[in-house]
Amino acid sequence: MSLITVERIKLFSTRSPWWCMIIAAVLSIGLAALATGFATGPDEARVTPAMTQFGVGLGQMVIMVMAALAVTTEYRFGTIRTSFQAVPQRAALLLNKTVVVATLAAVVGLAASWGSWAVGNLLAPSADMAINTNAEWRLMFGQAFVYALSAIFAIAVGILIRQSAGAIAILILWPLLVESLLPLIPKIGDDLQKWTPFTNANQFLNGEQDMGLAGAEAAGASTALSPWWALAYFAAWGIGLLIIALAAASKRDA
Amino acid sequence: MIEAQGLTKRYGATVAVDNLSFEVKPGKVTGFLGPNGAGKSTTMRMILGLDTPTSGDVRIDGQRYRDLHQPLTKIGALLDAKWVHPNRSARAHLAWMAASNKLPKSSVDKALEMVGLTSVANKRAGAYSLGMSQRLGIAGALLGDPEVLLFDEPVNGLDPEGILWIRNFMHRLASEGRTVLVSSHLLSEMAQTAEELIVIGRGKLIAQSSTQEFVDRASGTTIKVRSPQLDQLAGVLNQQQLVTRIEDVDKQGKALFVEGDLTTDQIGEAAAAHGIVLHELTLQRGSLEQAFMQMTGDSVQYHAHDELAHVGDVRLDAPSNVEVVSGPKEDN
Repeated sequence: MSLITVERIKLFSTRSPWWCMIIAAVLSIGLAALATGFATGPDEARVTPAMTQFGVGLGQMVIMVMAALAVTTEYRFGTIRTSFQAVPQRAALLLNKTVVVATLAAVVGLAASWGSWAVGNLLAPSADMAINTNAEWRLMFGQAFVYALSAIFAIAVGILIRQSAGAIAILILWPLLVESLLPLIPKIGDDLQKWTPFTNANQFLNGEQDMGLAGAEAAGASTALSPWWALAYFAAWGIGLLIIALAAASKRDA
Repeated sequence: MIEAQGLTKRYGATVAVDNLSFEVKPGKVTGFLGPNGAGKSTTMRMILGLDTPTSGDVRIDGQRYRDLHQPLTKIGALLDAKWVHPNRSARAHLAWMAASNKLPKSSVDKALEMVGLTSVANKRAGAYSLGMSQRLGIAGALLGDPEVLLFDEPVNGLDPEGILWIRNFMHRLASEGRTVLVSSHLLSEMAQTAEELIVIGRGKLIAQSSTQEFVDRASGTTIKVRSPQLDQLAGVLNQQQLVTRIEDVDKQGKALFVEGDLTTDQIGEAAAAHGIVLHELTLQRGSLEQAFMQMTGDSVQYHAHDELAHVGDVRLDAPSNVEVVSGPKEDN
């Protein structure tokens, strides 16, 4: 428990995590307001809960930045050495950091998803915004899992790269560019994309979802896995990377 | 007690620490001395389990650092005062350190009080001056009230007031019976603080002894003689085949410096036997600086090509028939 306290103090005694959390929430809810607020007249009735959630994916990016920074700033300022000096059991320390950051990410994820839904509810009062299908429940609560696992993924990358700019570049470019450009590769591109981590996270959230006015394409690429297996697959990536990262951090010089 | 056995650290082809064995005796201030780049910091990082030795090991009371639980209660260290998040307050910095070793919250206030940072404890550490950062680092080292303390170049870059403060603090720690290992390339500093010395150069152990012994052994002693009949005296001493040199000392005349195993008694008697008048006959101890240069002359890693070049590794590495041309020739 004491190591949880350590990481909680570290995280909340600087400002950048607060900013990241605020930005994540504002981006999510703001985009929900745009996506639903401009739907007027007959369009308004075609707004669905899933349509309020596009911005939550942006917030997820910001949370990944926060999670990566929680590690890379320690390397940047040398506090990682003070940390390892205070707790030579490095893997345990970093694991506790991961728990703290991932838990916080889950909370922000829930705030973002339900806050976005609430704004949509407010701006599109005539639409059917009730959460009443399994897919919709999965989407609304699933953001917590996706946020937490994204944070784990980001922490692992942060530990491996040890450098803010590099880690953030990877975390932004990988889901946004690499995974979406893979289908351009002839023959194998589509199959490759089906097995990338963030496309599967998206499959978990948006698979079998009613996109309403936004159209079915808004759900993004689907994968070979059913939504819950897609989440398990995404989790395997995050946890696998974390195990590699913890092993690396324990072995190399601080 | 800290015990190093055959400690070695290689980075690629570079050997930073080379088969280093030493022990830091309990209840004393031990100076860890060496030129820049000698491997002092690397050794300290290995003691603290931050860097893994290529071979050999180092133990604290028989245990490897990595196996210690709540290490801050056993060994406190300040390797770099800058290892603080600039946007975190001093109090928050110490608070997480205390939590990591299950130390009570009161230990934070106590440590802040001890280094005199209580009034600025809630300010962000990035706004601290170097002297204040150094104090914060020391507060971190003292947090767990450890028996052993490690400081890497604690006076580096400090103003005279800061240096004095650190120096007094070391004395206080030693008088409390703590074991202190403090590294420095400032020898005069060590002469004032350290009782024991571990001297390294190019990663190798050069000497481990008491400070006094080190100075005695390395530089020997010089005897200063002033006399109106200096030439005559020099002749007498030269007959006994002693190393002598004559230097201008003051307006009244010249002084003779005798280096070797002679005592003042022998010189006095030799002078009396030849009827030579002596104005002064004193024993002069070598300074730590002299001892250090003499011992580490071969071990300085990066020489300027100046008059020191001839004692450095440049000539040692060169074929014997090639002289170093860039440095001026020695004048003896």
